[in-house]
Amino acid sequence: MTLRSVTASQTIGPFWHSLAEPGLADLTRHGATGTPLTLAGRVLDGTGASVDDACVEIWQATPPASPQFSGWGRCATDAHGAYRFVTLAPDPAAPFLAVIVLARGLVKPVWTRVYFADTGDVLLAGLTAERRATLLARAEPDGWRWDIRLQGDGETVFLAL
Amino acid sequence: MTTAPDPREPRYLPAPPGSQPPYQVPAYGSTALRAPHQPLVPIVATTEAGGPTVTPAWLPALADLSQVDGRAALGERIIVAGRVTDEAERPVAGAMIELWQANAAGRYHHDRDRHDAPLDPNFHGTGRVFTDDDGYYRFVTIKPGAYPWRNHANAWRPNHIHFSLFGASWGARLVTQMYFPGDPLLAIDPIFHAVPDPAARARLVAAFDFALTQPEWALGYRFDLVLRGLHATPMEPV
Repeated sequence: MTLRSVTASQTIGPFWHSLAEPGLADLTRHGATGTPLTLAGRVLDGTGASVDDACVEIWQATPPASPQFSGWGRCATDAHGAYRFVTLAPDPAAPFLAVIVLARGLVKPVWTRVYFADTGDVLLAGLTAERRATLLARAEPDGWRWDIRLQGDGETVFLAL
Repeated sequence: MTTAPDPREPRYLPAPPGSQPPYQVPAYGSTALRAPHQPLVPIVATTEAGGPTVTPAWLPALADLSQVDGRAALGERIIVAGRVTDEAERPVAGAMIELWQANAAGRYHHDRDRHDAPLDPNFHGTGRVFTDDDGYYRFVTIKPGAYPWRNHANAWRPNHIHFSLFGASWGARLVTQMYFPGDPLLAIDPIFHAVPDPAARARLVAAFDFALTQPEWALGYRFDLVLRGLHATPMEPV
């Protein structure tokens, strides 16, 4: 059969914020219980400037979805480019979150992952140490910290699925 | 997690050349500092082959953008409907589609929109629908107006409705814009023209559909969408 072509992507633009209900950044808001995990950071452009109109979304397959836990979150970056998620820690066997960033100036999303340990999985093992570091969150007293650099020095590793 | 993925696992198909925009689009100024420069790193989807199931229980449907509390918005009421499938025309059921758009005057209900055009208290411009078991969706809205933007001198966006879709998997996530047939601004819009293939661009333009109209009430537009599906190995191009 003839395959159809996937619909072309277009930018989310600057005016998407009616989709950013504040509760969506807290994946535990429906009463999910487990090991809490807080992930915060900034989205930065090629000059290191804040990307203040980005949409950051996370998806995690574990803990498994339930009526209390969808595994999906969305956060709008603020004037400093900052985002912050409250969720549950993923399974230690695959300790990462799948992440996408959408923004004005991105005509299609960037897909990436944030890891909480260097597991040496096929993705991390295939990267140079410098590039691998862009996918590793660091532990801080108030939670995990991870910046996303869209371009330039320290550019985050983005994925082709 | 150090073992190689099973090659028999379903995979995403590569996009045909020109069917998706590149990150760097010189005519669209905001891409200059935001488009990645490094090549993407190919991976086989694992977690990304799954995805959230967002239901109306979490985020309720809102399929009529054309009124607020029974007060009609100003502008041309329209019906937009279509079907969501994957490349093999398998319907995508239960897909959440989020919608947002400018009002009939070309103004968004958004703090950062500085266009000197009136807001309409009866138009918020945000909706949400879910596809049925055969992938069909439908909503009612007001035809959005064109509006200026600062990309270049005398730049205007064509009339468009923003669509955000969650398909069956994370890698299928799609955000796009639906345009209207016959819009003269399509010929000169850098975001629309970010898509290199003219046929792929044409698929972003809804079709006027007389069968969708409701007599004495609203005209209808048909807009079908295709999301990435996971396909068994024999379907992959060699």
